[in-house]
Amino acid sequence: MRILVLTKPVPDPAAGTERLGPDYRLDRAAAPGVVNGNDEYALEAALQLVEAHGGEVEILSMAPANGTDTMRKALAMGAARGILVTDPALAGADLPTTIRVLAAAASAEPFDLLLAGLDTSDGQGGVVAAGVAAILGLPLLSTAGAIEPDPAAGRVRVRRLSAKGYDVVEAPMPAVISCTQALGAPRYPSLKGIMAARTREIAQRAIADLDGVDVPSGGAWASRVIEAEKPPARAAGRVVKTPPDEAAREIADFLADRRLI
Amino acid sequence: MAAVILAVAEVADGALTRLSTEVATLARELAAQAGGTALGLVVDAAPDAGAAQLAPYLPRVVAVTSPACAGETWAPHAAAEVRRLVDEGVTHVLVGATTDGRDLAGALVGLLGWGVLANASGVTWSPDGPVVEASILGGKAITKSVLTGDAGIVTVRLNAATATAAASPGAVEIRDVAAEPATPAATVLERVAEAGAEASLEEARVVVVGGRGVGSREGFAIVEELAAALGGVLGATRASVDAGWVPYARQIGQTGKVVKPALYLGLGVSGAMQHRVGMQSAEAIVVVNRDPDAPIAEVADLFVIGDLFEVGPALLAELRARRGS
Repeated sequence: MRILVLTKPVPDPAAGTERLGPDYRLDRAAAPGVVNGNDEYALEAALQLVEAHGGEVEILSMAPANGTDTMRKALAMGAARGILVTDPALAGADLPTTIRVLAAAASAEPFDLLLAGLDTSDGQGGVVAAGVAAILGLPLLSTAGAIEPDPAAGRVRVRRLSAKGYDVVEAPMPAVISCTQALGAPRYPSLKGIMAARTREIAQRAIADLDGVDVPSGGAWASRVIEAEKPPARAAGRVVKTPPDEAAREIADFLADRRLI
Repeated sequence: MAAVILAVAEVADGALTRLSTEVATLARELAAQAGGTALGLVVDAAPDAGAAQLAPYLPRVVAVTSPACAGETWAPHAAAEVRRLVDEGVTHVLVGATTDGRDLAGALVGLLGWGVLANASGVTWSPDGPVVEASILGGKAITKSVLTGDAGIVTVRLNAATATAAASPGAVEIRDVAAEPATPAATVLERVAEAGAEASLEEARVVVVGGRGVGSREGFAIVEELAAALGGVLGATRASVDAGWVPYARQIGQTGKVVKPALYLGLGVSGAMQHRVGMQSAEAIVVVNRDPDAPIAEVADLFVIGDLFEVGPALLAELRARRGS
């Protein structure tokens, strides 16, 4: 099986320093880059699938040129090869353009499954996998908590998490799958993996290398941020350190004051 | 060009979801501000009941009977009907930021090439079209965004609007011939309901959450009892889910659900950033934790330093005593 995984370099949410710049675009210098969390679950699932069924995992990113640093981390987990679409004209790209670019880059690669994180920790839009599937004319199996391909039958079955539990959904391959944490924790790269990643190929593509992608000139994107602010800080709370019975009364009083009981 | 704003509704077990009534209200209010028109769409194998429940909120509701939705994923069928309505003049599409709603929004972005503003926590209308307020970067920034063209898609979070019926109910137009799916639909072989997943975490007024400090699956008994006593719903942190004490569907945070309840009660929750982004906009936050330095103290309105296995049962007894009195 050939599996293509979309991996987005994002500012590390754990650093707690992510922010927008004065142009309301992501300030990539404000926090170290990491592979988007949900994309790591996708990558882990992909690696386990090729371990079970044979094949190869390839990663695809759209990012500034230094996105290769973050992609090396994904290669160190075990992906065989990377493709980085990078082009100054894509700085601050909107979702329709991002989706068109990723679809065009993916269509140049043969794959049985295209995996992506359900959403990203920076933009949190959660629409990229569905958009890419629509452009490629492929079925989308979203919000996956388990992935079971049947390569002989050319079909894939996914446990799609729902509000009430899950749906078992099935489609012919190739198919697009959006991935969640329920797939299982990503592996830590081994030292051997880190060494191997250094020499693995990351092919760079510019817009001109992609078939049939028009990018609006001068960054005339379909949407733009007009205002950004920090969320209002919460007023300082009350701290209570009393015996349990007293603490319980304090909580009950607090709830009663707010008509919560 | 006058705006024509479409609210795409979702139906669960034959009934309209609460979020759909909010999305519909928002569409109607925006149309009024824009001097345009609003309409609703229900796509389902049996859309009649959902359409009738949507009609109070919008002047016009299109209900499409799509038998395939019973055994296939919904978004490809809904996308086909939205595209039909776009051909009939729809300029803006509003849909809930749910699993199905995001699948639909993504498909529409791909098919129509329209801009999309995601996860609206509020929407107003300006001369430039919808102005969408949303939280990004895990709650570290609140942005206002606009579309630069005169068409687009907005995904809407719960509580972005208060559902209110219009002065007079709208007309329902039933369409019995569904369009071919806009993208290949997947087959739904089975729909499985998991125990404890019935109550909606996102819609709950009270959420009672157990963190790593609960320590075991058995330890969650007190968390569940308190949730029941407060008429609330059980939630969990990623640590509790990873430990296998609680199913993933209960997880609050970056890779789980985002909740905005009237009360968040956390027991043994330390408050990692990834958890806080899912709960920090709760109206009231009460936390019991042994560690006075737990980061959740930064957002707690009432922070009780204590052992949850002592304070929890005492609180349960106190709640029962007050109810009895």
